[in-house]
Amino acid sequence: MVLTIKDLPKDKYVMPGNAACPGCPENLGLKFVGMALGEKAILTIPAGCTSVIQGLLPGSGLKFPIINVPFASSDAVAAGVSVAKKLIGEDAVVIAWAGDGGTADIGFATLSGAAERNDNIIHICVDNEAYMNTGIQRSSQTPLGAWTTTTWKGKKERKKDLPMIMLMHKIPYVATASVAYPLDFIEKLRKAASIKGFKYIHLHAPCPVGWRFDPMKTVSVAKLAVETGMWILFEAINGKVVISPPSKPYVDKTKRKPIKEYLSIQGRFRNITEEILKDLERQVDENWETLLKFT
Amino acid sequence: MGLVLTTLTGNYAVSYAVKLSRVKVVSAYPITPQTTIVEKIAQLIEDGEMDAEMIRVESEHSALAAAYGAASAGVRAFTATSSHGLLYMHEMLWWVAGSRIPLVMAVATRTIGPPWNIWTDHSDLMDQRDTGWLIAMAENNQEVLDETIKMFKITEDPRVYLPGIVGLDAFILTHTSEPVDIPTQEVVDQFLPDRRQPYVFKAGDPLIMGNIPKDLELNMRMREDIDKAMERAKKVIDEVDFEWGKLTGRRYGGLTECYRCEDAKHFIIGMGAWVGDMREAVDKLRSKYGVKVGLIKIRYVRPFPREDLIKWLSNASSAVVFDRSFSPGSGGHLFLETVAHASVAGVRTPIKNCLAGIAGVDVTYEDIVDVVLKSISEVEEVGTFKEFIEWYYRGGR
Repeated sequence: MVLTIKDLPKDKYVMPGNAACPGCPENLGLKFVGMALGEKAILTIPAGCTSVIQGLLPGSGLKFPIINVPFASSDAVAAGVSVAKKLIGEDAVVIAWAGDGGTADIGFATLSGAAERNDNIIHICVDNEAYMNTGIQRSSQTPLGAWTTTTWKGKKERKKDLPMIMLMHKIPYVATASVAYPLDFIEKLRKAASIKGFKYIHLHAPCPVGWRFDPMKTVSVAKLAVETGMWILFEAINGKVVISPPSKPYVDKTKRKPIKEYLSIQGRFRNITEEILKDLERQVDENWETLLKFT
Repeated sequence: MGLVLTTLTGNYAVSYAVKLSRVKVVSAYPITPQTTIVEKIAQLIEDGEMDAEMIRVESEHSALAAAYGAASAGVRAFTATSSHGLLYMHEMLWWVAGSRIPLVMAVATRTIGPPWNIWTDHSDLMDQRDTGWLIAMAENNQEVLDETIKMFKITEDPRVYLPGIVGLDAFILTHTSEPVDIPTQEVVDQFLPDRRQPYVFKAGDPLIMGNIPKDLELNMRMREDIDKAMERAKKVIDEVDFEWGKLTGRRYGGLTECYRCEDAKHFIIGMGAWVGDMREAVDKLRSKYGVKVGLIKIRYVRPFPREDLIKWLSNASSAVVFDRSFSPGSGGHLFLETVAHASVAGVRTPIKNCLAGIAGVDVTYEDIVDVVLKSISEVEEVGTFKEFIEWYYRGGR
């Protein structure tokens, strides 16, 4: 069964006029979460861009129940909510919606703990590859060579492979997604919601402000990440990796677009050397190789 | 009613209180000397004696976060910690209080490092004074059990809606067995109503807590309301104490208890397990030395018992505040607050601070007798104290 736009609910969970920047990928992601699980979702959100996107108290630009929580706590709070709802007998899908900092860095111990306990929640890492809310500082998810306000000459380290780390937690469901492929993301969200235990979805979210590209190009940049093979869409049920349809053609290396196409439209890679470009290309091959071993 | 007493450590007294309070979610990370509280609870749950879920988290920060999540979602939740664990979850304490989510935590009060030290002082507990939690401190294991049950009722009272801590001294209470009356489930059910809380997160109900304020004054009013709730809590604590007293015969006296105060001229002020030694000191000072000494036992640090202290101290000749925690560069925590409130109320009684028992150093009733005798003679000679803050070591400095 293939999901089409016609199958999606019309209810809006992201209101116009909220506080997101033009071209914000998180806003897109939240819309898709609404379409996938809207009426059942309860979100815990740590510090990050979505703290701002919601708009100002006592109002809100998002139609979800949301518990804003301290940075390193979103999965633990979500675990508590999930257990309480089970005890009460209420049908709810509890989602920890966190950025790359709240997931991979300051939030990592909490994430890993909840995953190991197999708490019945979905963690969505909305990955804009730097600490955007505080003004574009590098994170463990920033790629090699990228300019940030704490790596003026380009980041010297490579991106930590978080989906793989989560796969190694042997949780029932791990997936990657992209804001450029809403139907793929929505299907994964619904699948995740149908599985009991800890589910991890890593959502690639190109940020026009932090990556230095035209805000109208968010989706094109996200698409190029997939088409160049720099971002691989897959899902893994009980550890068995299946490459998702949008990424399938790029299993074949020759079908991938040159990564230069992806890098050159982003200001953050403006000053990378030939050497770093080679290194990034090598990383793409490596990441594919590693991932395909689990298919 | 024939009273059957059970021998319980302070920690097990907490565990049984949590069970009797029909807590639904317990979340905790082990730390000495708290650990046996949650070990016991885990056992009670696994043996089917307690109908609850346990979330065995990976840190104290997550312990309070998970308990907060459960409580926000509508069930009674509990956690326990100590010392560095409490400091590690400090950020979450602010968040829970600011969210106005009732929740109860036991704190086995313990020294903060370095060096690593598992013995009691009150530094960890007193570090939480500004968070917006109610903070009670128990003297013995019976009070530990009673206050834990009562704390659920107090925190879930709509006039309060704040989280609460019950403190018990490391080892002196946590690991020491005493005879305790465990009330029946019927008594506790009669006393403790179903959970009440200001709001509950539910799917389909777009309630948002904690996003950025449009109006900073609104934010300030939210903080002020915590202060007002603390004021309202004073009455609630009294009422709950009275009600529990009617059911069990045990009344403790609200925010403070005053021991042999009626004709007292000189006062000892303190809180926690060493209040037991202070009682003995009072008896000794009266019987052997003929001085009219009374003891003000602080049961609640938050809300602070301002009115009680002013009442007792206004006609006193002197007072000594014993502190097991202090602020370097200033003074003992209880002392500072006592003198601040006494001073603005126009109380002129000389009040001295004795910093003792820090880092778990043992203090006996004889030490307390010594300190009080010296301070009384100083006041009687000079009319005041030469030094208002004194570090006490047995045998002098």
